[in-house]
Amino acid sequence: MKLRGRALVVGDDIDTDQIIPAVYLTSTDPVELGKHCLEGYAEDFPSRIRQGDILVAGDNFGCGSSREHAPWAIKGAGIQCVIAKSFARIFYRNAINIGLPILECPGGLPAEDGDEIEVDLDSGIIRNLTKNIEKSAEPFPDFLQEIIQAGGLVEYARRRING
Amino acid sequence: MTLTEKIISQKVGREVHADEIVMARVDLVLANDITAPLAIKEFQKMGAKRVFDGQRIVFIPDHYTPCKDVQSAENVRLMREFAKEQDIIFYEIGRGGIEHTLLPDEGLVLPGDLVVGADSHTCTYGAITAFATGVGSTDAAFAMAFGEIWLRVPRTMRFVYKGYLRPWVGGKDLILYTIGKIGVEGARYKAMEFTGEVISRLTMADRFTMTNMAIEAGAKTGLIPFDAVTLKYIQPRAQREYKVFELGKADEIIEIDCSQIEPQVACPYSPANVKSVWELTHISINQVVIGSCTNGRLEDLREAARVLKGKKIHPNVRLIVIPATHKIWEDALRDGLLEIFSSAGAVISPPTCGPCLGGHMGVLGKGERAVATTNRNFPGRMGHRESEVYLASPAVAAASAIMGRIAHPEEVL
Repeated sequence: MKLRGRALVVGDDIDTDQIIPAVYLTSTDPVELGKHCLEGYAEDFPSRIRQGDILVAGDNFGCGSSREHAPWAIKGAGIQCVIAKSFARIFYRNAINIGLPILECPGGLPAEDGDEIEVDLDSGIIRNLTKNIEKSAEPFPDFLQEIIQAGGLVEYARRRING
Repeated sequence: MTLTEKIISQKVGREVHADEIVMARVDLVLANDITAPLAIKEFQKMGAKRVFDGQRIVFIPDHYTPCKDVQSAENVRLMREFAKEQDIIFYEIGRGGIEHTLLPDEGLVLPGDLVVGADSHTCTYGAITAFATGVGSTDAAFAMAFGEIWLRVPRTMRFVYKGYLRPWVGGKDLILYTIGKIGVEGARYKAMEFTGEVISRLTMADRFTMTNMAIEAGAKTGLIPFDAVTLKYIQPRAQREYKVFELGKADEIIEIDCSQIEPQVACPYSPANVKSVWELTHISINQVVIGSCTNGRLEDLREAARVLKGKKIHPNVRLIVIPATHKIWEDALRDGLLEIFSSAGAVISPPTCGPCLGGHMGVLGKGERAVATTNRNFPGRMGHRESEVYLASPAVAAASAIMGRIAHPEEVL
């Protein structure tokens, strides 16, 4: 599957408190959480997000707490994919489990806000069309492919329960 | 094999090695009032009807409790009802406390266990040689339904602590020093092992503090080998069989000479931004928090009380003391610690994660600065985005409360 969208760029070590501040954690509604996506990083960030944007991050994206509200907020805000130089491990598994496409791009993807990004989720090829740069994401191990193909761990579990 | 590989192999039923992705059996699943409501929702979406074993699942309301508002009360109500329906272990406030202090103290986590918790500080239980790791709510839902979790077997990064500790240096200083050395992603996806002569002399409280913060270096877990200290802690608590796994190989070994380490402080906005306390004695503060899953144990409160006994805190400072569990609160009362804190000018909170995550019970305003014995100091962690948190040991926190600025305990004693 190919995704195309406008880049929104953030830096290194963006922790889950910045992605979704604790004050909003009493909600479990992705759309409600999405209204505050990355508000702890920059107060006006939620207003800068447009449906279908692609978040481009640096190292260790999603470090800190295990709150799944973080990838839900990103998904709920309408961001369709996250590309990072590296992901913190709990965020990595949470994103896969809830069906938020993520790509670990060694060396990172050079991008500025507003650049046109194209991602091929099957081949792992990432293109910054504005800057004419092409990168390859780390491929997912087979088991994770299975979860991703199912659309997340909930669907994977449903299939297991229903045989 | 590494210690981690040995434990996970036992749970998979065959020999497994680092980097493999496996489906492993879990001994215990936990979730709190932030993560359980989402886990229950995902559990229902999976079409699951019954949990795999309610007595191997623990729900602990500890983050926003005693409930701070209607929404948090509704979340705890949902947890309580689901726990009752599914026969899940549930700790009401006044009987429980902060999950990562409570569970080992209650003997619910034992050596050799594989524990997954929908809270990043689940790695704390590595202090009793269990493989314990933080996961999300959907993972917790899956584990509740099947008693299993998918895991990538991590590589092992062993730290060997040598020499002797200076006065007022303990587990908090060692872990801050270590994170300062390797960075917030220095152990990403890996299992950290804390070993060596210094570790073998540490109390269980100091050990829990160290493994608790393994996640702050990006690690999947932090482990300490089983020894006489562990046995003494476990023996009166264990109500079921457990298996002791010995230390094995390591993929990487880092030696740390402890003899020159001074009390450490992590400055804003990263647990890796670590300096010696002596470099920071000019920093004035507004608030001090002593508590959390990192440093809310009885030994931590005793350390703070040793510094605060017979003294008054600085007029510009608010001191909040939070015993981690109800039992610790009672012990602190009986030992006269609460009176020492109260006389010094502290407010004593019921057990809660509260201010650590900027939840309630001591949130910071714009530009305010705190010294806290907690575990994170990212932007906005304890409140306003422009507030600041300095992470330190209970002794440094107590001394700072007296001086109104960051201080070494020997400055007040």
